[in-house]
Amino acid sequence: MNSLQQWLSDESPETRWQASLGRSWRLLRMLMKNPLALLGSLIIIGLILIAAFAPWIAPQSPIGQDLGNRLLPPSSEHLMGTDELGRDIFSRVIHGSRITLLIVALVAIISAPLGLLIGAVSGYFGGWVDKLLMGITDVFLSMPKLILALAFVAALGPGIENAIIAIAITAWPVYARIARAETQTFRQSEFIAATQMLGASDTRIIVRHVLPLCTSSMIVRMTLDMAGIILTAAGLGFLGLGAQPPLPEWGAMISRGRTFILDQWWVATMPGIAIIVVSLGFCFLGDGLRDVLDPRHEGQR
Amino acid sequence: MSSSPSSLPAPSGHVITPHHARWLVIVRKLLSFLFVVALTFLALLAVTFFIGRIIPIDPVLAVVGDRASNEVYEAARVAMGLDRPLPVQFFAYVGDVLSGDLGRSVSTNREVISDLARVFPATLEMATIGIIIGVLIGVPMGVFAASHQGSWVDHIIRMLALSGYAVPAFWLGLVGLALFYANLGWVAGPGRMDVYFEGLIEPVSGLLLVDSLLAGDTEVFWNAVSHIVLPALILGFFALAYIARMTRSFMLDQLSQEYITTARVKGVPGWRVLWVHAFLPIRVQLITVIGLSYAGLLEGSVMIETVFSWPGIGNYLTVALLNADMNAVLGATLVIGMVFIIINKLSDVLYGLLDPRSAR
Repeated sequence: MNSLQQWLSDESPETRWQASLGRSWRLLRMLMKNPLALLGSLIIIGLILIAAFAPWIAPQSPIGQDLGNRLLPPSSEHLMGTDELGRDIFSRVIHGSRITLLIVALVAIISAPLGLLIGAVSGYFGGWVDKLLMGITDVFLSMPKLILALAFVAALGPGIENAIIAIAITAWPVYARIARAETQTFRQSEFIAATQMLGASDTRIIVRHVLPLCTSSMIVRMTLDMAGIILTAAGLGFLGLGAQPPLPEWGAMISRGRTFILDQWWVATMPGIAIIVVSLGFCFLGDGLRDVLDPRHEGQR
Repeated sequence: MSSSPSSLPAPSGHVITPHHARWLVIVRKLLSFLFVVALTFLALLAVTFFIGRIIPIDPVLAVVGDRASNEVYEAARVAMGLDRPLPVQFFAYVGDVLSGDLGRSVSTNREVISDLARVFPATLEMATIGIIIGVLIGVPMGVFAASHQGSWVDHIIRMLALSGYAVPAFWLGLVGLALFYANLGWVAGPGRMDVYFEGLIEPVSGLLLVDSLLAGDTEVFWNAVSHIVLPALILGFFALAYIARMTRSFMLDQLSQEYITTARVKGVPGWRVLWVHAFLPIRVQLITVIGLSYAGLLEGSVMIETVFSWPGIGNYLTVALLNADMNAVLGATLVIGMVFIIINKLSDVLYGLLDPRSAR
């Protein structure tokens, strides 16, 4: 263990592998010193594990109905009570973590590379390409995201896929802005000029040399945005435009519990707590990551 | 970025004094503001037009019914202008919107524009009270947190600010209703006023609190207050979280400057250093933040209005969504989007005009 630590924190690494592993190791150690970031990463790791092992953790089926046991308050048998069809809310919340994770991951996979590419191209070429792309980006940035997502889902039809597409369409402009700013800081540096001199094509420079350098600020921003994505997805589910029944999506579950909120408070309250815990986890982790990866914002915590 | 020397020779040979230069700057900024806003509006229109085109519902079928013969169908299609090329259709659409024609709502059977004019004041009233709460509590909280950096109060305020990004507004609304309306009975339930007060007050401004006072009906006024208090507080919480977070970070920047140390060394009292020396310089930045969160509240009211059955534009939008009433959906999207864009850009331009450093 000790020699591994030494190998990782070696000041003069022998291979590229050792260097990048060592860098991740140092970042991880800095991150773990921040209690909130630690808590945040524990929550996210927990979310991933729960989603992966949902069928084994959940005591009951998320969609099996049991009308004899409907609207039972929380007890040792039903940790979060049961809903109007007698389904165990705890099991549904556990299974709902899969949907949340899926939405977050897909939105990130669609919107981040799109924004990254637009921003990097814009910052790398400059000139009229930059003006045009950033003009479009700014226009999208100054539009209300939630309303646009609502209108898109209304047109595409309700459903989890369309909700993901609608959120992704409204999420990319922020990433484009960041990637452009990042690209501009090293656009004039010598390693870019050297690669150009070696005869590398613009595509190669952007993909191999520009994009990798934008990723760290991108990861920070994405983690911070995750909470917003979760809230928007849950909001769409609440309005009946996201995941459809009987899928145990947290927002849709709150919407079902709305009818019973005055007497059977647990039906709507429990999924909301799950949303808050996971969103806070992403906020904490994002804040911590920013302090570690992006020391410029040190004072702004 | 030209620096501003005492006088600049103008192209025509006249000399522009700094006073004139300042006015020129303002005019130029306003013109570029109008240009950017117009461009963004056009893009918004393009988006709503595009959304209107990708709906799976065939607008012609919706009019003629599915039993119409091919000839009737074609005639209706031509009459609705759907046979023209897309760019032509888009310009016709822009013309319609500019002349205030947003189409007819299927569910209310009225012009969408008159529906929107009727419901908008309710949203404005709630969001305005929300932002007032957010500023009155959020700014002092941010200042206090910055002046007690690292203390437990600071940590609590930071947690509170972060939770503004993590708590779903509709959930908070539901829990608030269950607790303060159903269990404690401190506030009134959903809606803008009790049913038996409905229609008693003639709308003048559309803002119920103002209209009931104008009519001198204090009973309706207090009833309206008891209805608006909870949704406005919840909206205010989200504004507060953002405003407190930004105020704290601006204040920390100021408090670390050397002139603050100088002031303290000179023996300026602590409150004066805080509120005069440190706070006054950040007021311009704060205006931008407040403007942005005001725009955000107009958007956030969609969820809150749905939960509280608040008869505003957000509720109108969600009801239209559920009825697949696309004219109403797109109309509401356009109006919310335009107000959002105007506030957004206006706070940008205000920042530029009020901050002497950028007024060059």
